[in-house]
Amino acid sequence: MLSINNLHVSIDGRPVLKGINLDIDRGETVILFGPNGSGKTTLLYTIMGIGNYDITDGSIIFNGTDITSLPPYERAHLGIGMSMQRPPSIHGLKTRDLVELCSGERKIDIEALAAKVNMESFLDRDINLGFSGGEIKRSEILQLMAQKPELVLFDEPESGVDVENMALVGKMARELLEDNLHPDRRHTMMELKHERRTSGLIITHTGHILDYITADRGHVLYNGILCCADNPKRILEHLAQYGYRECIRCLT
Amino acid sequence: MKVNLSRYEFSGHESQEIDDLKRLDRHEQESMKMAGFDANENNRSASFVQIDHNHAYCKSYDPGVEILPLGLALKVNEGLARYQWQLLKPGKDEYTRMAAEHTHGGYVIRIKKGARLTAPVQSCLMMHSDNVGQNVHNIVIVEEGAEAHILSGCTTTEADQSAAHIGISEFYVEKNAHLTFTMVHNWGGQVEVRPRSAGLVEAGGSFLSNYVSLKPAKNLQMYPSVTMKGAASVSRFNSVIVASEGTYMDVGNRVVLDAPDTRTEIVSHAIASGGHIIARGHIQANHSPAKGHLECQGLLLRNGIIQAIPELDGRAEGVELSHEAAVGKIARDELEYLMIRGLTEEEATSAIVRGFLNIDIMGLPPELRIQIDNAIAETQKSML
Repeated sequence: MLSINNLHVSIDGRPVLKGINLDIDRGETVILFGPNGSGKTTLLYTIMGIGNYDITDGSIIFNGTDITSLPPYERAHLGIGMSMQRPPSIHGLKTRDLVELCSGERKIDIEALAAKVNMESFLDRDINLGFSGGEIKRSEILQLMAQKPELVLFDEPESGVDVENMALVGKMARELLEDNLHPDRRHTMMELKHERRTSGLIITHTGHILDYITADRGHVLYNGILCCADNPKRILEHLAQYGYRECIRCLT
Repeated sequence: MKVNLSRYEFSGHESQEIDDLKRLDRHEQESMKMAGFDANENNRSASFVQIDHNHAYCKSYDPGVEILPLGLALKVNEGLARYQWQLLKPGKDEYTRMAAEHTHGGYVIRIKKGARLTAPVQSCLMMHSDNVGQNVHNIVIVEEGAEAHILSGCTTTEADQSAAHIGISEFYVEKNAHLTFTMVHNWGGQVEVRPRSAGLVEAGGSFLSNYVSLKPAKNLQMYPSVTMKGAASVSRFNSVIVASEGTYMDVGNRVVLDAPDTRTEIVSHAIASGGHIIARGHIQANHSPAKGHLECQGLLLRNGIIQAIPELDGRAEGVELSHEAAVGKIARDELEYLMIRGLTEEEATSAIVRGFLNIDIMGLPPELRIQIDNAIAETQKSML
C-alpha cells in the first residue's frame, strides 16, 4: 500500500531524513519510536505532503501512485489521513463544518460520529480553540472517521491525554484502524482481519497506545535513519531498559 | 484624509414621504436589504427610512418605542433637546460643524423605561441622488431598565454613485438598560463617509455594538467614543470589515472606563484585500477595578495594508487592560490543516476567510445573518 524508497529530506539545507525505506501493507499497523528530534514527525509530514521540507532524493508510492510531489489534498483524496499532534485552531470554523468538509461527497451522520468520541458539545465550537489535549485527539479522530482514509498517520495519540481519555482515544484509534470489525455467523475474526483495509503508521513515545491496538511491526527512527524492525512491544521493553543508546550501537 | 465637501450637494434633494415601503424602486429596496433593512418589516418593532435630505418613512409598532424624525422629535418633546449635542460638540471638526449647520434630519429613538423589545428596531439612511451630501443627526435613548436591539443600515442606491455621508450619533444607555446596536454599511467605491458618534452608559447598563462593512468605500473615517459613566456597566464592540482595492478605512473604538467595576472588550476582524485599513483602539481606565481588552486581527490579501494602532491608558492602580493584535497573511499551518482533510488550497483559503469574518458572536436576527453571510460569500469571490 505504502512504499517509501530511499527518502532523503532536508529542512533549510540540513538533512533530517537520511535514506528511509519503509513498506506498509494493506491492513498493517506500524509503530514508529524514536527520541525527540529524530525526524518522526518530519516523516509523517512528508508522507502527507505538508511542512517546509525539501525532498532531496527518493520516492513515496501509495497504492501504485507516485505521490512524492503531490499536494496534500490529492494525497487525502487518494486515501491518506493524518491526526496531527498540535493542530492549529481556526477562528470561526466550527468543528461541525470541518467534519462535514472531511467527509467530502459522502453522507455522514455527524451527531452519531461525534457521540462515539464524546464530542457532541464541541461541534458548534471553533475547531481546536481552547481544546484540551484529549479533546484535540478526539476531534482529530472524529475528522478521520468522517474522512475514512485507507492509511492513517497518527502523530502521538497519547500526548496531552489524561488516563481517563486515553481509554477512549485508544478505543477509537482501534476502531479507526480495524473498521470496528466483529466476527459474525458467516465470517471468523481471522477472515475479517484479512479483509481489513485500513493501515496505520503511528508515532509513540510512551507506547500506551499499544494497550489498545494491535500493531504488526515497530521501528525506531534515530537521527534520520530507520533502524530496528521488531515486535513493537519488544522494542518498547528494550527502550525502557536501555533507552536509545543501544540504537547508536546498532547503527554503527 | 480630507473630504472636499464642496464637491457635494447638501441641499435640494428633499424626498417625499411614503406610506408603503413597497413603493420604493427595486434598486432602493435591494440596497436597503444589503444594509440589513427588511422592507417587509417582519419581526420589527419600528422602522425609519431617510432618503437623501428627508425622512421617507417612520413607524413604530411597539408602544415601548418612540421613533421620530429629528426635527419633529425636538418639537413634540422639548425634553429631548438636552440630549442633542451633549456628547459631541458641534465644533469638533469641519464635518461635525457641517452637520450642525445643515442638518437633514435623522432619527430619535427612545426606548421607554422598562420596555423590553422582543423585535429589533430598524433604520436605513440612504443616499439616492448622485453627488448628494447627507448630514444626519441620530439620537438613541434607552431608558432605565429598557432593552432593545437597533439595526442601523447606511447605503447608497447605486454601486458607482458618488456621495458623502456625515452621520452624528449620540447614544444614551441609562441605568440597567441594555442596547445592542448593529450598524451595517453598504457603500460604493465613490462614497466618502464621516460618522461622528459618542455614547454614555450608566450604572449597570450594557452597550453591545456591532459593525459590519464588506463593500468598498472611497474613504471612511470614524472613531466613536463611549464613556462607561456608571459603576458595573459593560460594553463590547465587534467589527468585521473588508477593504477592497481603492478603499481607505480609518476606524476604531475609544472607550473610557470612568467608574469602578466597568468592563469593555473591543474586537475587530479586518481584511485588507487590496485596500488600506487603519484599525485603532483606545481604552482609558480611570477607576479600579476596571477591565478592558482590545483585539485586532488583520488579514492581508492582494497587497492590502493594515495598520493596527492599539492604545491602553491606565490611570488607576489595579486596572486590567490588555491588547492583542496580529496582522499577516493566512497562516500556512491553517491552510495545510485543511488541505490534509482534502480541501484544495482555494477551498481552504475560502473556509479560513469565511471563519475569519464569522459574525455569530453579534447575535443578529436570522434573516440579517443570512444576508450578511451571503454578502460575505459574494465579497469573497473578489477578495481572493
